[in-house]
Amino acid sequence: MSEYKSYMTEEIGPLPFCPGCGHQVYLKALDKALVKLQPDPKNVVIVTDIGCIGLSDRHFITNAFHGLHGRSITYACGLKLANPELTVINIMGDGAAGIGGTHLLNVARRNIGITLLIGNNFNYGMTGGQHSVTTPTHGVTSTTPWGNVEGPMDLCGTAIAAGAAWAYRTTMFDKELPDIIAKAIQQPGFAMIDCWELCTAYYSPRNQLKKKELFGLLESHELKTGLLVDRPRLEYTVLYKESYEKGGGKAKKKPKIETQFDHNIKKQTGIVIAGSAGQKIKSTATLFAQGGMYSGLEATQKDDYPITVMTGHSLAEIILSPETIDYTAIDEPDYFVAISAEGVKRAKKRIENLPETCILYAEESLELPETKAKVVRLPMNKTAKEVSKLSIGVIALGALLRDTGLYPPEAFGTAISNFQKQKIADINVKALDAGMKMSK
Amino acid sequence: MGREFLEGNEAIAAGAMKAKCDFFAGYPITPASSILHYMLNLVPGAGGLAIQAEDEIASMGFCIAAAMAGRRVLTATSGPGMSLYSENIGLAQMGETPMVIINIQRQGPATGSATKGAEGDIQFTRWITSGGMPLIAVSPATVGEAYELTYRAFNLAEQYRTPVVVQASKEIGVTKEAVDLDSIDLPPIFNRKKANSENPMQHYFEKLNEVPGMLEFTGENIARYTTSTHGKDAYLTTDPERIQEMIDHYVDKIEDAADEMALYEEDVQDGADTLIISYGIISRSSKVAVKQAREKGHKISSLRIKTLYPVPCETIKKAMKGVKKVLVPEMNMGQYLLDIERLAPDSVEVLGVNKMNTYLVSPSEILEKGGLK
Repeated sequence: MSEYKSYMTEEIGPLPFCPGCGHQVYLKALDKALVKLQPDPKNVVIVTDIGCIGLSDRHFITNAFHGLHGRSITYACGLKLANPELTVINIMGDGAAGIGGTHLLNVARRNIGITLLIGNNFNYGMTGGQHSVTTPTHGVTSTTPWGNVEGPMDLCGTAIAAGAAWAYRTTMFDKELPDIIAKAIQQPGFAMIDCWELCTAYYSPRNQLKKKELFGLLESHELKTGLLVDRPRLEYTVLYKESYEKGGGKAKKKPKIETQFDHNIKKQTGIVIAGSAGQKIKSTATLFAQGGMYSGLEATQKDDYPITVMTGHSLAEIILSPETIDYTAIDEPDYFVAISAEGVKRAKKRIENLPETCILYAEESLELPETKAKVVRLPMNKTAKEVSKLSIGVIALGALLRDTGLYPPEAFGTAISNFQKQKIADINVKALDAGMKMSK
Repeated sequence: MGREFLEGNEAIAAGAMKAKCDFFAGYPITPASSILHYMLNLVPGAGGLAIQAEDEIASMGFCIAAAMAGRRVLTATSGPGMSLYSENIGLAQMGETPMVIINIQRQGPATGSATKGAEGDIQFTRWITSGGMPLIAVSPATVGEAYELTYRAFNLAEQYRTPVVVQASKEIGVTKEAVDLDSIDLPPIFNRKKANSENPMQHYFEKLNEVPGMLEFTGENIARYTTSTHGKDAYLTTDPERIQEMIDHYVDKIEDAADEMALYEEDVQDGADTLIISYGIISRSSKVAVKQAREKGHKISSLRIKTLYPVPCETIKKAMKGVKKVLVPEMNMGQYLLDIERLAPDSVEVLGVNKMNTYLVSPSEILEKGGLK
């Protein structure tokens, strides 16, 4: 393989930057770094952000990805995550580091193996010299005409606080820049360089900022240059693979449901179960529906519960039908199972509006709103205390199956045995039996 | 054989895996979060990578880049996340990136009723990003169809090099149904066309509506990709002729294929004077309404559209022939209605049946609006 003498091309013309602009120096240093490392250009992607420095990718003979403002880190990471073999070099300005601040934090934290080159010239050159997150206090820009009243962000310090493995701060006047860039590219994990530059179009003339003043800024900000952190750790994609190999691949296949029983349902039947979080309402309703499926029925389930866990109401709506279920809402329930006061409170309006045709199974101690439904009171709590509090739903539905014969209780039992862990299934099979024996 | 009791979100994940999805990035949001959970568990086993991103913007960024690096990618969110996807969807259109986006719609705007249903992101999805270029959007009505259309969305994305949105909703995503996924007929997998070596450009086409082969970031070639106005070679351009050529290409490759890619279900009754046009979860209310109306002696037909965008104009126009009234029930305040209205002849009365109170539009509400009670 022949040696690459340069990774830049003048095919579309010379670099387009203003005379004296730091970007020019930075990009030529990148070219020298690549020449030093001699990667296959096909394996290198230069990902650029929006801003003057974003015009750079097309001047290289490597792959190029030029995306939205502030999001270049996400594209660079996406490429690396999808294809860890690629050398991904992400070039951006201080503007992009500001708008995409969260991505900077997260790439540092995750340690995804991209190289981030920030050309930091304290303002937005492309849009007319507005202030950025790195504009020094008192710095004059087109949006801080009387001097910046905001404080500048320390980009390396921010990334280091977020966990960056390798971070370097320097200036465009650093003769070692090509070697530093080459070192950054060689890091297996995330590596960044914050290179301070002159913007000769806007920031320098407005603030009389030249080489000497640039170093003065570093001093007044009490910011060190050089390698600020070097603490290698496993790169994200390597750790991801390792972690999956250790812990993944253990998912069990869920059993499929074949019809084993007959049912007794002639039309679409809606059942609402109203209980509390922690009473296993959702999972019990699922088993009940699966019992219906073992009996050849169609089934749907919708749940209603607060976003918090283990507190408040928990409602489940089950539809069983001998035919395809099209309309999945239960406007007029056929059966309503009231298990707890929280459930009743949540469903107050619904209970008040239940039709005469509905049978309402209620725990005997519950206060119910006025309703036209036929109320059947049962000692659900008392029975559950004898078996398990977590089985109150199974107990209530056991009684429902006994009275209505919607489908055989054995089908419910089959769902319990096939879908629950042995220990819990044993308890729930007992609960089902207790529910079927429960009397008023 | 045998059935499972699955929520739509699980079926969507299964559909994606069946379509050989090998990259997923997403951010938690009710009611789409369980897709993130399923995919994080399933994707690495298929040799891929799934990641919870720092936000929706990063989810899209990861996915777009991964798709361009050769992966078959999926992301999933709900309305507020779609808002954050918006700018990157524009990028995906600009760079002709195949990707599948699941939108488990919930009642909005803004945070809205986070755990409740609506299908209010219909026109929003069509016009989701600046510039107004078309994309493909499909709308499932059942858990089984969520599986099928997610699978097909991957094919459409690859075939047309475009983001494809699966417009499901809370009412499908987190509702469980009895379903046998293995019994669902699926077309073969469409593998993306690669750029031709004679013209190795990101956007090489001869006819405007031709879908270019892709130049991927796989280390096998030099690829370019850009968000900025560019020609076929993905180099910036300011030449108005080349700019218009690309814009015409983005439009034509999708719109010209509208009726070819159309998926729909028709239930036609001879001599019907009423037609219901619906999609998504509410099409199931329509089915019940049609049955009830016919039982009462009304003559009524139904068209259920699965590919909402590009609008299958010819299919819709044909269905409207001869009817006097078209009912468009939606779980929003009248969105697809706008497309039906623009396609309806003057002689046809188009009526929306609209509600956004988190409850389904019921069959009786449809019948009442149509004077069919």
